Amino acid sequence: MNVFSPLFVMCLQFIAVLFAAPAFAGWVRMVKCWFQGRKSAGLFQPYRDIFKLLNKDVVLAENASWIFRFTPFLVFGTTVLAGVIIPILSIDLPLSATADAIALVALFTIARFFTALAGLDIGTAFGGMGSSREKTVASMSEPAMLMAIFTVSLVSQSTSISHMVNVIAHGEFVLRPSLAFALLAFILIALAETGRIPVDNPATHLELTMIHEAMILEYSGRHLALIEWAGMMKLFLFTTLGIALFFPWGIAAAGDITFLPVAILLLLIKLFFAGIGLVLIEIGLAKMRLFRIQEFLGSAFLFATLGLLSYFMLE
Amino acid sequence: MNIAAQINSILAALVLLTAFGLLVQRRIYGLLHLFAWQGLFLSISTGLVGYVARQHHLYISSILTLALKVIVLPYILHTLIVRLKIHKEVETVVNIPTTMLMGIALVIFSYHLTAPIRELSTLVTRSTIAVALATVMLGLLMMITRRHAVTQIIGFLAMENGLFFAATSATYGMPLVVELGVGLDILIAAFIFGIFFFHIRETFDSLDVEQMARLKEEE
Repeated sequence: MNVFSPLFVMCLQFIAVLFAAPAFAGWVRMVKCWFQGRKSAGLFQPYRDIFKLLNKDVVLAENASWIFRFTPFLVFGTTVLAGVIIPILSIDLPLSATADAIALVALFTIARFFTALAGLDIGTAFGGMGSSREKTVASMSEPAMLMAIFTVSLVSQSTSISHMVNVIAHGEFVLRPSLAFALLAFILIALAETGRIPVDNPATHLELTMIHEAMILEYSGRHLALIEWAGMMKLFLFTTLGIALFFPWGIAAAGDITFLPVAILLLLIKLFFAGIGLVLIEIGLAKMRLFRIQEFLGSAFLFATLGLLSYFMLE
Repeated sequence: MNIAAQINSILAALVLLTAFGLLVQRRIYGLLHLFAWQGLFLSISTGLVGYVARQHHLYISSILTLALKVIVLPYILHTLIVRLKIHKEVETVVNIPTTMLMGIALVIFSYHLTAPIRELSTLVTRSTIAVALATVMLGLLMMITRRHAVTQIIGFLAMENGLFFAATSATYGMPLVVELGVGLDILIAAFIFGIFFFHIRETFDSLDVEQMARLKEEE
């Protein structure tokens, strides 16, 4: 039993990441529709979209190279791999030993790098513009992201995410200003990384403002399905990473398989509120001018650094 | 760390956050709100320290801070801004991301500077001395990097907040007489600044202190 339980947890989490992510994206869209007084397409619309795209033919540009064809699979693969590293349901993940927090950030970066390359590869003006903007955002959000994660690893004295979550969930509860700062920074970064409203608008196809959409404009059929699916998983993973690092209470301890149903229920409740919170941020803010993004991410970096400093100063 | 020290650390972190907020805020009313919030956190922290250390004169300081820095001073400044019809956006000398980086450097510097004091002190509040010094430094930085007289005054008042916080965290506050005197001084200063603003504006038609460079004889 004890030999199989980590494997079982991992499989369960793999399935959860794959199939709960579209539902979470659907939930966010649904709440947003309600707040804006529109009728929503329902929780399961993202599944229908993905299914429709998977059944369509791929239209490739004449000068598309292997990078363009390879990118959707790579993006999907790295995102799924990240999904089995972040402790979502239980701390006991066999694969979490293979990659720590820094490697996790690197995984997201690889996906991002190849998406930017694919945007350039096809040679359209929009692709190049999107890639350039995406790299601008990435160059500022990644240091801040690492700083925020380092703050949490300082508190838990480790860079392994499982260990970090374990210390925060099961260690002594202490009010920590450093974690509050890190959480603030993490929220700002997550908004930028997943392309939500003050930085990028996931629903736009307006040429002047899009960032992520501009890079993947030439994709169609199953390629687009994989990229969209990976995008939803990225949103789901950032939310669950935030939950795991800052509100991990209720996550199943190592080897405690009977606690899993409770952990799943608690995760659902947390995701329910996280979705509403995300929508409240999105409808409360207008999309920023591109040149204001440096200030936005600069303050994320500031918060993360203050978190790091206040660990030394105040704790 | 006991729970009071933890809450005090959180309050110190919030004071530091508002100090940075003052540095990066662009709108003048936003500055006033942040200044009032800083005063509120300071007042709660003072009251808390007074309770933990059984220094009852700190309660009076706390109430004084609440009345003066959360209600009276922001109100006076608000009236001034409305009367003077000040431009709503704040103009900075150095751009905001650079100011933020300078602010971070100042925080590290003050941490380094106060580290020996922290080792020696035995008070509950010893860990917040660095934050207090950083708040003073950030207020100074704000006075240097802003061009308008009103924002410079807010920087000055934020600096005073930092000094007050430093007194509370280093020695459980100054004697009550001194604190009453300082509070009165700040209030009078605010009135004098008000009169001063009107004069600057009458002379230069603007509150931009760069204009004062014109105050020299023609060559």
